[in-house]
Amino acid sequence: MKRHLLSAADLTRDDAELVLTTADEMRSLADRPIKKLPALRGRTVVNLFFEDSTRTRISFEAAAKRLSADVINFAAKGSSLSKGESLKDTALTLEAMGADAVVVRHGSSGAPHRLAHSGWVRSSVVNAGDGTHEHPTQALLDAFTMWKHLGESRPGGLEGRRVAIVGDVLHSRVARSNALLLRTLGAEVTLVAPPTLLPVGVESWPVETSYDLDAVIPKADAVMMLRVQRERMQGGFFPTPREYSRRYGLDARRMATLQDHTIVMHPGPMVRGMEITADVADSARSVIVEQVTNGVAVRMAVLYLLLGGSEPAVGGEE
Amino acid sequence: MCAQPAPAEQASSQPSGGGRTVLDDRDIARALTRISHEILERNKGARDLVLLGIPSRGVPLAQRIAERIAAVEGYAVPVGSLDVTMYRDDLRLKPARALLPTEIPPGGVDDKVVVLVDDVLFSGRTIRSALDALQDVGRPAAVRLAVLVDRGHRELPIRADFVGKNLPTSLVERVRLSVAEIDGVDEVTIEGTVTR
Amino acid sequence: MSYLIKGAAVLGGAPTDLILSDGVISEIGSGLSANGAELVDAAGLVALPGLVDLHTHLREPGREDAETVDSGTAAAALGGFTAVHAMANTEPVADTAGVVEQVWRLGREAGHCDVYPVGAVTVGLAGERLAELGAMADSAARVRVFSDDGKCVSDAVLMRRALEYVKAFDGVIAQHAQEPRLTADAQMNEGELSGKLGLAGWPAVAEEAIIARDCLLAAHVGSRLHVCHVSTAGSVEIVRWAKSKGWNVTAEACPHHLLLTDDLAATYDPIYKVNPPLRSSADVEALREGLADGTIDAVATDHAPHPHEDKDCEWAAAAFGMLGLETALSIVQETMVDPGLLDWAGVADRMSYAPARIGRVHDHGRPLEVGQPANVVLYDPSVRRAVDPTVSASLSRNSPYAGMELPGQVVATFLRGRATVLDGKLQ
Repeated sequence: MKRHLLSAADLTRDDAELVLTTADEMRSLADRPIKKLPALRGRTVVNLFFEDSTRTRISFEAAAKRLSADVINFAAKGSSLSKGESLKDTALTLEAMGADAVVVRHGSSGAPHRLAHSGWVRSSVVNAGDGTHEHPTQALLDAFTMWKHLGESRPGGLEGRRVAIVGDVLHSRVARSNALLLRTLGAEVTLVAPPTLLPVGVESWPVETSYDLDAVIPKADAVMMLRVQRERMQGGFFPTPREYSRRYGLDARRMATLQDHTIVMHPGPMVRGMEITADVADSARSVIVEQVTNGVAVRMAVLYLLLGGSEPAVGGEE
Repeated sequence: MCAQPAPAEQASSQPSGGGRTVLDDRDIARALTRISHEILERNKGARDLVLLGIPSRGVPLAQRIAERIAAVEGYAVPVGSLDVTMYRDDLRLKPARALLPTEIPPGGVDDKVVVLVDDVLFSGRTIRSALDALQDVGRPAAVRLAVLVDRGHRELPIRADFVGKNLPTSLVERVRLSVAEIDGVDEVTIEGTVTR
Repeated sequence: MSYLIKGAAVLGGAPTDLILSDGVISEIGSGLSANGAELVDAAGLVALPGLVDLHTHLREPGREDAETVDSGTAAAALGGFTAVHAMANTEPVADTAGVVEQVWRLGREAGHCDVYPVGAVTVGLAGERLAELGAMADSAARVRVFSDDGKCVSDAVLMRRALEYVKAFDGVIAQHAQEPRLTADAQMNEGELSGKLGLAGWPAVAEEAIIARDCLLAAHVGSRLHVCHVSTAGSVEIVRWAKSKGWNVTAEACPHHLLLTDDLAATYDPIYKVNPPLRSSADVEALREGLADGTIDAVATDHAPHPHEDKDCEWAAAAFGMLGLETALSIVQETMVDPGLLDWAGVADRMSYAPARIGRVHDHGRPLEVGQPANVVLYDPSVRRAVDPTVSASLSRNSPYAGMELPGQVVATFLRGRATVLDGKLQ
């Protein structure tokens, strides 16, 4: 049975813990002279990126190659003019190439879902970010980073930890995946944003919400800042970037209110000066660079657990 | 030289997992002591030795051997673990397995005499995987193998250098080591013997 | 050719015989006989007046890859329809007498059912200036229903002028109620699920606010107003309120909004993508109640065929719309008749009398009485079968009901006494 990783909700608590412990082992690979494991030898992993994302694509590519898989990179331009013909026709081509797994990033929410369930391909589908829906491997690497710092790298390590996720939740797939995954791991999540950037129906999410950043962050063990595009001003989501950063930006003054052990995170890329200032981003609390490093180990874990055996050890049903 | 099985009246406790006990805690201790001495004898001392236990139960065995060597030679031999999951030749035949910890001691393995430590030697495939794994870690000067039990039925040309006990078994039987660190008790049991 | 229909339950009543000859119902009674008439055994079948659809997309001219007047009206006949109103969002748009006459003629040539073209309200559906509504009304197509369906006449002044202008020829503006700015790039109903799925939401208020405004405008200028595809509970309430004030407002609901809910979007399968979107179960319930009590005057299919590639893709790239002509009556039976919300006489009203009245169509939607035009449907409510879109008469296959079990089947359809469908097959 083929299984996919389309949403953070596809992972049970055991699945998520397994990914974390596996990623921990994968991380130590970086210290060895030969940074390669043979587990995916003979497997073909295709990176199907319809949206530009050098960082994520390279991360997946490194992960697959370190596991000795063959990697094919496909950067397609998914313009709305060519509609879904790009997605389907590209998928049929990949199927003809014999891909074992397709890592897909697409601008439309649900595109990986369609790929997984349409019958166009038989491979495992890994969602590398779809529209404003989800980005499960980002949530996994975020959780792994928190687990190493706050969770003592042990099972159940994130139980009861408080995480604040701040910013444009409405348009953020990172926020959605993190909210689901952290809850699965037993952490408590608070979303902080102006009312215009919280989705209708957020009351039904397994999170708290708040409009007041200063009230929330002193109690948080981890603060995750989301990117906020200045262009959102065009949609009237906030009046000016200045007002936004004043009310919701993490600067040195706010950083001083954090507890000693609290870490600052960001999925990147950052809009310095908007949601986070340079001195915070570069401070000792910031684990932003580490998140990127952990990304490779986490993605190695995901690929190994999906493709390394006769059937996947984690993931959603077909 | 095999250790003799303990006299019948000493196999008083029922082994925890069913089956019969072939080595109890004192047998195991004696075997490990003998192995430790054999390692030192062959290596002419403890210099350049690195002990790598194969998880799970090879690891506490490696620790105990290191303790005995330290007691005799006054020298702390580096101890670590080497997980072979990724290198198994049957990787694709079962669902993807969880990885176990690999901890290579800080000095590495290059030009060292690596002694792999495992609980039961059977088909030899695990050790062959361990050799593959070790190759990606570095280039030892030599690799030796210490096992607590050799139960025969090799499928590959692999042999142990240091053996606690040779245990002839049939293929349907299962040999299991329990260690205090993991299972709360030290014993080696055989299950599944067909009784006539 | 005359027909002797034996033992049909007229509007679900006692078994009755009908004779159709020379285009009219010539006799009704029991134990009838007729020389030279073809016998139609209607035991166990319900007889209804030929159904009239106020809202259908035949796609011709311009999108003949999705549907033509011929294939669309064939599907209509198989669904029990003897008249359909063809919406104006074709290519070119039906905003001149020339285009509406072309569509009308294509309908006559195909001969499966009568086609009443709907005229666009604004030129090119651009929402800037009125189209030549008078010319379309005077044309051979005799347009009475005008709609920019697909788009909303959102400019309040333009809507006012349109409502006023059509009074001169007893026309009606059929509004597709969708505030454009509130629904920019909207993909599905705005609610809990849209937030989770990351699909931009289409809030109910964008429909309700326009309906409320238009009801007030229509009352102010003394015009008729028809509201297309009502989809929310709030919209039903507003229409009910407008009617309680005695205002001349009519409304239609689509079969898919009577049956399907927005949780189907969780599959990300664009077969469920439609405008207005599938809503919540509370909305579905309110629509059924509204249809039962007459707040919603008519069932209209909004049959919207799309070629395969426009649906076989990711959600955001897919076209909006579902097929509806062949399954409409079955869905009304499933959602209204079988649960006891509406009887067959009520079905005759919602699917024939009322739509004909709203469209000012004079020879359809007539009662099944002697002397009336012989537009009759014979329907078997007792069967249940799984919907198979591959056997549809439509050129398209975008049915959301594929594999779903629905009751009933149209056995025969008569258009002015000529059988367009017999034994469930197109003639």
